[in-house]
Amino acid sequence: MLSNRHLSGWVLASPLALVLVIFLVAPIVMITVVSFWGATEFSIYPAFQFDNYAFLFGSDVTYRVFLNTFKYAAITWVFTLLIGFTVAYFLAFHVRSLKWQIALFLLCTIPFWTSNIIRMISWIPFLGRNGLANSTLISWGVIDEPLEWLLFSDFSVILAFVHLYTLFMVVPIFNTMMRIDKSLIEAAADAGASGWQTLWHVIIPLTKPGIMIGTIFVVTLVMGDFITVRFMSGSQSANVGRMIQNDIGLLQYPSASATAVVLLITVLMIIGILLRFVDIRKEL
Amino acid sequence: MTTIPKIRYSRRSMLKTGGAALAATALPAPMVWGQAIKDVTLRQFGTGVSNLNEVAEKVKEDLGFTLEMTALDSDSVTQRAATQPDSFDIADIEYWICKKVWPTGNLQAMDTSKIENYDKIVGIFRDGKLTPESTIAQGTAPHTVGFVEGVDGKEFVDTESGWMTLIPTIYNADTLGIRPDLIGRPIANWSELLNPEFKGKASILDISSIGIMDMAMVVESMGEYTYPDKGNMTKEEIDLTLGIFTEAKKAGQFRAFWKTFDESVNLMASGEVVIQSMWSPAITAVRSQGIPCVYQPLEEGYRSWGGGIGLSKSLSGIELDAAYEYINWYLSGWVGGFLMRQGYYSAVPETSKNFMTEDEWGFWFEGKEAQGDITNPFGDVMEKAGAVRDGGSFYDRMGAVACWNAVMDENQYMVRKWNEFIAA
Repeated sequence: MLSNRHLSGWVLASPLALVLVIFLVAPIVMITVVSFWGATEFSIYPAFQFDNYAFLFGSDVTYRVFLNTFKYAAITWVFTLLIGFTVAYFLAFHVRSLKWQIALFLLCTIPFWTSNIIRMISWIPFLGRNGLANSTLISWGVIDEPLEWLLFSDFSVILAFVHLYTLFMVVPIFNTMMRIDKSLIEAAADAGASGWQTLWHVIIPLTKPGIMIGTIFVVTLVMGDFITVRFMSGSQSANVGRMIQNDIGLLQYPSASATAVVLLITVLMIIGILLRFVDIRKEL
Repeated sequence: MTTIPKIRYSRRSMLKTGGAALAATALPAPMVWGQAIKDVTLRQFGTGVSNLNEVAEKVKEDLGFTLEMTALDSDSVTQRAATQPDSFDIADIEYWICKKVWPTGNLQAMDTSKIENYDKIVGIFRDGKLTPESTIAQGTAPHTVGFVEGVDGKEFVDTESGWMTLIPTIYNADTLGIRPDLIGRPIANWSELLNPEFKGKASILDISSIGIMDMAMVVESMGEYTYPDKGNMTKEEIDLTLGIFTEAKKAGQFRAFWKTFDESVNLMASGEVVIQSMWSPAITAVRSQGIPCVYQPLEEGYRSWGGGIGLSKSLSGIELDAAYEYINWYLSGWVGGFLMRQGYYSAVPETSKNFMTEDEWGFWFEGKEAQGDITNPFGDVMEKAGAVRDGGSFYDRMGAVACWNAVMDENQYMVRKWNEFIAA
């Protein structure tokens, strides 16, 4: 009987396990294996060598590019968190009726009906030297010369990131906020807490799991991105994703794999650190 | 191979093949092909410049079979030709890509005796000389990678061996594109690309093998260095070239880098950039929006490129015949006319002439003043009467080529350095 129960447990778990092995574990193993291979200009050959890693860690470009990637992730995180938290707070505590909450929440998702790339590219004519933003500012007399840094700069890259990924912050935070027992807030008020004190001592601690999930979404999305950086910086800035993309374009798969492995480890480490702050499983 | 005509034993197909068999008994052999060829699908891929749906439509109309087109950027084209030989039947690639891809053995050489217009192909692609007096430019000149010993030949030969790697389709001479209205003074040298006057308003293309050549033209023009062969730099020369450009990049010379045709058009048309490396039809695309843009001939000459179609190793039988038919059709003039009216040159200009008006031929090929409106194949007016093509006639332009797009011996090193340049 006992062995039977064991068996059914294994059988029940196997479909998911199988899917994960085929679509997650196997590709990662493959990438890791290829990262030790060698490459000529137009072909790759199996080998076990550390050339790719040696080149990667030996080049100061790698460190600069990783640093740049962290910079994008950190700044984007701050802005998406501030905006995402505010929006979620408004939806959860200021909008009283459930009907309006749902309606406004759906409103937030409308931009997601269009493609990611379209939403990003539509910034380009807006921010350009002769774009809407500059011509409006000039006609208002705020500036005399068009602002060059609006487009093809770190500013435009981060703007696009924040625009694209804020919803990933709003959704989990809103979700956890909705679970907060309203009587706790009443209790805080009864105990004489000010609005800010309630926010800081009651709401934020209880929203932590949502913030953490949102953070993981945003950080991993930004760390793995390549297309936003390419378009919004006019190919002038690099992040790790672009480094991988360039290598793939030039048929340097082993070197691309090595970079991917290092990126994967880096992101896993970041998530590991984040999870030390909040035990998502317990809080959920 | 998925494109071999499938024999399905439905009643309808039996009727059809039955009909074909009847026709075959009554008529000579080619008719069988003529029927069966309609079921052939050839998959062609290449860069956007010549992978046009209009060509596929015309093939269907004139030859009866289906041509599937996939347009990719140069990097992806190289990648696909080198790594996925079964994913295509016809590769529309550039000559420098050919040098890279040929050794993989994914392409088969073509028998020139089956090419009707072979003798009329421009000299550049045969013995390397445009006219008997021409000197051959630096870089991967098309004739150096144009021939191999036999159908399975791996080594390039420098004679017209009768086995061609690529059948030349289109080519052109590239230079810098400028916005004369925003610059307001004559531009005559490549060095102007790094002129601080255009700080934050210059661009260069982010395709390493082409970009490095444009850079070399600039460096030479600045008087910094004279290359023994721009198309085959040493490591030191690569460092020097990219060093100069990295410095300029850090000083904010460039507004952006572009990788695709459309990006270059948008950068120029929006005024983000006033001087940049550019391709001829991109200039026309900017101009057709009513924005002045000049393909500026420069004293140092042009950087030239050529494309051609190669056949996949796995093509055989009726599909191979269809491919030869397609190549012969390609050189017979319609496509040439279609491309020349966009500012490219065709490998066999004289056949294209039949598909162009006298005025179009005069304007695009002979460098004469336009008599009336010059329209592109899509019907948009490109130039008004009285306009003259930038750079003049075919012989003026192709005769002033300083170097060909190339792939170097130190290519891998160059690519790594290029990546550093982009990340700098």
